[in-house]
Parts: sequence; C-alpha cells; structure tokens
Amino acid sequence: MDPFRVHTGRVAPLHRANIDTDQIIPKQFLKRIERTGFGEFLFFDWRRGQDGALDPSFSLNQPRYSGASLLVAGKNFGCGSSREHAVWSLADFGFRAIIAPSFADIFANNCVKNGVLTVVLSEAQVEEIVRKAEQIPAYELTVDLEKCKVHDRQGFSASFQIDEFTRHCLLEGLDEIGLTLQHESGIAAYEAAHPLRLA
Amino acid sequence: MTNPRTLFDKIWDEHIVHVPSGRLPLLYIDLHLVHEVTSPQAFDGLRAAHRPVRQPQRTFATVDHNVPTEARGTPILDPIAGLQIQTLQRNCNEFGIPLFDLDSPDQGIVHVIGPELGLTQPGMTIVCGDSHTSTHGAFGALAFGIGTSEVEHVLATQCLPQRKSKNMLISVSGRLGEGVTAKDLALGVIRQIGTDGAAGYVIEYAGDAVRSLSMEGRMTLCNMSIEAGARAAMVAPDETTFAYVKKRRFAPQGRDWDQAVTRWRSLSSDPGAIYDATVQVDASQLAPLVTWGTNPGMVVPVTGHVPVVNGGADADRQAITRMLEYMGLEAGTPIEQIAVDRVFIGSCTNSRLEDLRAAARVAKGYRVSAKVRAMVVPGSQAVKREAEQEGLHRIFQEAGFEWRESGCSMCLGMNPDILQPGERCASTSNRNFEGRQGRGGRTHLVSPMMAAAAAIAGHFTDVRSWKFH
Repeated sequence: MDPFRVHTGRVAPLHRANIDTDQIIPKQFLKRIERTGFGEFLFFDWRRGQDGALDPSFSLNQPRYSGASLLVAGKNFGCGSSREHAVWSLADFGFRAIIAPSFADIFANNCVKNGVLTVVLSEAQVEEIVRKAEQIPAYELTVDLEKCKVHDRQGFSASFQIDEFTRHCLLEGLDEIGLTLQHESGIAAYEAAHPLRLA
Repeated sequence: MTNPRTLFDKIWDEHIVHVPSGRLPLLYIDLHLVHEVTSPQAFDGLRAAHRPVRQPQRTFATVDHNVPTEARGTPILDPIAGLQIQTLQRNCNEFGIPLFDLDSPDQGIVHVIGPELGLTQPGMTIVCGDSHTSTHGAFGALAFGIGTSEVEHVLATQCLPQRKSKNMLISVSGRLGEGVTAKDLALGVIRQIGTDGAAGYVIEYAGDAVRSLSMEGRMTLCNMSIEAGARAAMVAPDETTFAYVKKRRFAPQGRDWDQAVTRWRSLSSDPGAIYDATVQVDASQLAPLVTWGTNPGMVVPVTGHVPVVNGGADADRQAITRMLEYMGLEAGTPIEQIAVDRVFIGSCTNSRLEDLRAAARVAKGYRVSAKVRAMVVPGSQAVKREAEQEGLHRIFQEAGFEWRESGCSMCLGMNPDILQPGERCASTSNRNFEGRQGRGGRTHLVSPMMAAAAAIAGHFTDVRSWKFH
C-alpha cells in the first residue's frame, strides 16, 4: 500500500448528502474478480446517460475537474453496501483523499486498507471548499496527514482529527495482516481457551 | 466489583485477544460467512502472500448474490457472473472451506442460512463481507459487515483490529398493531433517527415490542439497522432465541446444549449499564410504512402523502426535488394512489418463512393485478421446502405470483432479476437507492404484507383494512 503523507491536488466537488456505494460503483461491475480497473466504472450511472454517453453536467466529467485527486462531498458519504469496489474505483480513478462532514463506517474502514484518506471537516468548511472548487479555476488543496491539516493557497486552513493508529497505518503504508500475525501466539492461546462450539 | 456492562460490552470483552500498545484492540471472530461477490480478491491476496486460511472450520461459504432464480440447472448466461461463482468454488476447494453451493439443499442468502443452520449463536462475533451481517445480531451476537481487505484479514488471522463503537439503546415500548410488522418498526426507527443516526454505534434493541417479536422479526429489525448507519445491532437472547436455535444442525446438542443455554442466559445488559445514547420508540404509534424517496429514511405511513417541502435549507430542498424527479412522483400525492409495475417479495430482510406466510395470507384467494408482475423469492432452499410443505407456493402461484429459487435476486439486481428504467416496484428489500434494483428503477420499501396487497390492488393500499379470505 502506498503511504499517504502530504498530498496536493485538484479538488472535484460532488455536493450531495448520503452518496451510497451503489452510486459510487453500480452492481453490474461487482461481478469482476479483479481488484484493479474499476476507475472507468466510478459513478457510472451518474457519469453516463442510458446511451453510455458522458453527461457533461456531472462534475467529474467537466474538464475543469479532470485529474482531480481530492473529492469533496456531502455528509454520510459511502453509506449502504460494504462493497470495497467503491474504494477501488475511487482510487483507480485517481482520488487519494475524500473530504466530507461524515462517512459511513464500513466505507471509511475500506478506505484505510487502500491508502485512501477520509478527512472529516465541518459542514461549513466543506461548503467553503465546494464553493472555491466551483469558482476558482484549477483549485487545489493540500492535505497534510503529518500535521492533520488541510490548506489552500487562498488562505483556507483547517485541522482534522483521525485516530492515531489509522494515521500511523496510512503514513507508513502498513500491511495490517502482517501486524496482526505478530500476535500469532496470543491468537493461538485465545483459541486454546475458547474452543469452537459448532456441533 | 466490575462496572455494570451492556450486552455489547460483554461480548466485546470476551473476544479481545490482545490490546497492542498504540494500536487497535484485536477482536477474535467466531464465525466468518463468505459469498461470491466480496471474496475473490481476498483469496487472491492470501495466495499472493502465501498465507493459509487460519480457521477453515469457522468459515462457511455460499453463493447468493449472483445466482439466477430460475429453475436450478438453468445455465448462467452472464459469463462474468458464472466466473465469479466458479471462483468461489475453486477458492473453497483450495482452502478447505465448506461451501453451500448452487446445488446444495442448504444454499440460500448468507444471512438466512447462518441462523437456519444454527451457525449463528448468541454471544458470538460474526463477520461477513456484506453490510447486512447486522442481521445475526438478532441472536445476541456481535455481527457486522466488512470490506474485502478485512475478509482477507479474517481469513488469514481469524481476528480484526477494531475500534470499539459506542452503545446505543433503542427501547421500543407498546405493541405493533395488526398489519404493522418488524419491517415497519425498522423503517420507523430510521425515519426517527436518520440514515446516519446510529453511525459509530452498536444498537441494542429492548422493550416489550422487541421481546414479543419472533426471531424472524428481530432479524428484520437488526438487518435494517445498517440503513441507520449502525455498526451492528443486537437483541439480548431469551427463550424465543433458544427455542429457535435448539436442534439446528450446528447448534450444541445434549449436555453441550444445556451448558450453552446457561452461558447464553448471562448475555443481557446489567442493570445500570451506561449507554452513550438512548432512543425511545412507541410501537403502538406506527402504521404500515412506505418509502417515497431514494434513501430508507424517506418514509411515510401508507395513509400519508408524498411530502411537500417548503422550508429548510436550499441543499435539502434540492435533494428532495431531485429524489421526486428520480422517483417520478408529484409532491402531495396520496401514497395509496401510487400504482406499481412490479412487486418483489424476498431479500435478507424479508424472505423467511414467517414473511412468506404473512404475504400468502394476504394473497390467498386473490389475483395479482393484470398490470403488475410479482415475484416471490424464498431466502433459502430450506425456506422454499418448508413453504412448499405448507402449500404457500400454491397460494402464490394461483394468485399469479412467480415462485422462484433462492437468492438475493432483485434486492440488488446482480442476477437477471432487475427493474427496467422507470418501472416502479413495491419491494420487501432494504435499499431504495437510485438504480439499486436496476438502472432507472423506482423502489418503494414495504413489509411483505404491504407488498402482497400492492401486487393485488395494483397500487399501495393499507393492509390494515384488507379483507382476508
């Protein structure tokens, strides 16, 4: 997993609340058994009309947001299905971090496992970033996980909170399974004391 | 003297393997359920790292999301879906995991067969790469959905590093009225606390209305808790729970059973246990509910109207306008005037025997409206067999419902059962998100009784005034 330390990138706004993982990656793409190549299916039904043509009114299709690596969205982002394909598609599309007033639990966990940072800011701060992204051409933000700060060149600055272990994993790009397996003897001892109770 | 603890606290404490300094506690996982959609990349990860499955005997797999609900043996026409199903077969074979495959008499939706086989037991920690794993909390288990990376983590270590959620008590007083079901209670809770109202919490449901629910009803309630953002939901086990689990295939037997029940009786919150949030719900105030929007919190009584929004923030008004446009609804329309094209009775929320009995009771002696296509998809092969023994399939078929094979089906439309653009569906499933049941499809979430009544009437109708035959 690539470490996340300090990242500066273009911001794309998607200012809707309760964006669910069915919207992020519609079901027909979950049948693939690969972990890569999901970017082209990101927000498929919103990005493309019934005929498959790109909808120019959808923000991610607008040239001004092309190459964006930071997504800013409404509250409860990533609610619904646990499909990690949602994160794979966002990451494959090029997003390194998502900024919103709140995130659904499973989605946020899935992000960490893929080196994608979820940044929780207040509704007012999110609205300010959305406004700037819409008004300022090629608007960029810097997300600094070392200092837990977000700032731009126009004077915006905000701190965010993240639990220390998640931050550590992202900063170092750690293999969590490897970390857990360091406690193999503890797991074995637990298993010896708690036998399987399935008949 | 320890502090009073909640049910969640007790199960959590019992399953902590280790608390590494500066890291998250390691939680032991008793039971891991696996299906075809969220597992292939996890098995690939194991192979890449040369890691075995640590506890194949605590891991059980089935195929449910992709499977056709036509007669078994019908070829799977979608080659990508077919490959995903074969991939699970290959992975289970390679890693020694029991699989309830397409031709198994035990195949079914993962959250239906776990309880049905007695795999789901009180006090367990249970995970699955599926958000509706919260269902199993109905037995007083700590059960939650995980992503594919976590599936790999559990396969490799039988543990998960976990941050402990907060405790929320939802106390439901009163009794559900005739024609008002656990589904309506679940939707009523989401309406009351919002689609992110329980984010960061594990819910414990308590109160008279919850105690009087069957296990099927409790499963429906816990199942839908993810739609309020909950990490998990649970109901303390009681005699209803023990009676359900007893003699099921994987349940403890004989002396082991007696010991298990003694242990399970301690699984309730201590008097004076502290919750971080408490919510009161009065079950007697609930009517049959119908969703009108594109998230499960957008719900009104069947006697109500599609809401008219005047005040509120611009963003909220825009969101509602967008929803109404997607749903093809006019503000102010009475719910009972909304006509449906399709009816789906099934899903991990409402496809168990009790659900099918309730729907059949409504359907008996009637005909499905000529304008409606209605299907019943039992949650498992076992549900299907039991329903057929009772003759429920004949009631449905005589009324003009399709009687199909078990699977997730039109809840998420990964198999061929999907809505066409613009089609409107009364569905007993759990999510009315845009496109969930098929691109452009319009989903209204309801109980099995309400769905059956809508199929016959051709529009939503209050099942409380239904004339049963």
